[in-house]
Amino acid sequence: MNAKARAGGRVAPVTFYPKVLRARHGMGQRVYGETLVAKDGFSARYDLDRIAGVFSRPAHKLAGQSYVGKILVLDTAKGGVASAWMLAEMRSRDKVPLAIIFNTVNPILVQGAALGEITMLAGFDQDVTQAIPNGAMVEIDPDARTIRLR
Amino acid sequence: MKLNSEESAMLAGELGPVPKLAIEHQVKVGEFFGARDFVPVTQAHIMADTESLGESGVKWLEMLAATRKGERTVRIPTITDPRGTDFTKAKQLKQADWMVDLERRAVAAFEKLGVSMTDTCINYQTVLAATKGEHVAFGDTGVVIYSNSVCGARSNFEGGPSALSAGLTGRTPRYGFHLDKHRRATLHVRTSCTPESLNDWGALGGVIGRLAGNYWDVPVIEGIDRAPTSDELKHFGAAMASFGSVALYHLAGITPEASRLADVAGDSMRRHRVGRAEVEALQGSYAVDKKVDVVVFSAPQLSLFELRRLAELCDGRKFRLPLLAVTSPQVKPDSDRFGYTRRIEAAGGTVFAGMCFYQSYAREIAEANGWKRLATNSAKMVNILGGYGYVPMLASMEDCVDAARTGRLA
Repeated sequence: MNAKARAGGRVAPVTFYPKVLRARHGMGQRVYGETLVAKDGFSARYDLDRIAGVFSRPAHKLAGQSYVGKILVLDTAKGGVASAWMLAEMRSRDKVPLAIIFNTVNPILVQGAALGEITMLAGFDQDVTQAIPNGAMVEIDPDARTIRLR
Repeated sequence: MKLNSEESAMLAGELGPVPKLAIEHQVKVGEFFGARDFVPVTQAHIMADTESLGESGVKWLEMLAATRKGERTVRIPTITDPRGTDFTKAKQLKQADWMVDLERRAVAAFEKLGVSMTDTCINYQTVLAATKGEHVAFGDTGVVIYSNSVCGARSNFEGGPSALSAGLTGRTPRYGFHLDKHRRATLHVRTSCTPESLNDWGALGGVIGRLAGNYWDVPVIEGIDRAPTSDELKHFGAAMASFGSVALYHLAGITPEASRLADVAGDSMRRHRVGRAEVEALQGSYAVDKKVDVVVFSAPQLSLFELRRLAELCDGRKFRLPLLAVTSPQVKPDSDRFGYTRRIEAAGGTVFAGMCFYQSYAREIAEANGWKRLATNSAKMVNILGGYGYVPMLASMEDCVDAARTGRLA
């Protein structure tokens, strides 16, 4: 990888990625960062304490963990329409994930990502929450619709 | 996406900066989903409470509203979901002045854009229901699932920015539930349970929502043994959408696209059975405490008939806990006129209008009022409020009213 990837000021190292996953849908800028993975859903309203920047719904598998600056890898978009505004509001306070990767996504999270300028990929031929380890360093290229794992 | 000449002109900025911004947003979303073109829509419905918008969202609306008159007005009837307060009762909720100020700024901006501030999530009961085959751009998942399923209309979940964009352009990208191919059932549910109470209808919707699990799943349900009421399907759909992000279901023999199962059956449907045990298990999972701090009826806003029933239950009682009943600005005057509001408030309850409880800074008002354990008959609300620090409990309207009197759920 030669180009700089947006990663909270970091620059992705030139390295070899032995594993590449391909998505059917992509949006946003190329980013490089650390994953936070769970086989669970995502709703900005239902699941997050957006002030603290952590998952707050007790039953969520990431409850208590910070999502700020992470590449979230989750099963599906859930819940109501509020996330369409909330991602932009979170962006305005720098309390956003770096990117969100879903097995399946609903329009609300896509609309929110469009307004909040958050990188997003969705639609894979395998369960992306199983294919990507928690804490892995990955590069997301929405134009190519790829995730590259170190 | 393929654009016609008018859409190309909007994108080029020939109709002004506001339609340009709106259609740019719509093209981004449409291209993500592979939409081939736009479809004209007849109505838009915007969810935009200020807890969701935040200061940044309100500033964005004000930026749109500050553009030249004549270039910023919605092109189709465009209405709003509940606000984040009832302006006449914000003090009672102990909402801070800044919350109310932010709401007023959002309202002022929307009005400059030509949006009608209906402030309701039950517009299909109170404003204008969409009809079979009508393409609309509705926000609020409960509105979308009801309109798609019960009315046979065609909408995706349109979040605030997209619904406003649809209002400003008069169209929306043609993907998802605007297309026949996504409206066929992917999940077959046979149920032996036709609920009686609204909380049971909500719980059944929640169970099916969990089985579905994502936006693209379309359940078809067999076994409902009578025609449900609008209020029953309101709670059923709202919960299904909340628990599962579901936007469309069919009831075989009941809803308009499913006269027969074969009309909607997909090629390879997953199959499940749901009975009374599953409905009770979902409700039981929320029964973690007997003590209650506050009783709330909201999400969706109450219809006139729900308020009528609540008034009957309130007669002759005196509450020791706050009881909040939330309805739409369209229903509230009739509730006042028919004496329902007076009867509920004589017992110690309060009827709010134009807001929804969970959209009204639920975390902050919980802290300000000392509320944690909340009883409600809304399955949708119990699914949401856990994330706001509440211990929500799901019970019948009758048991919730009893809890307002005794302080405990039976």
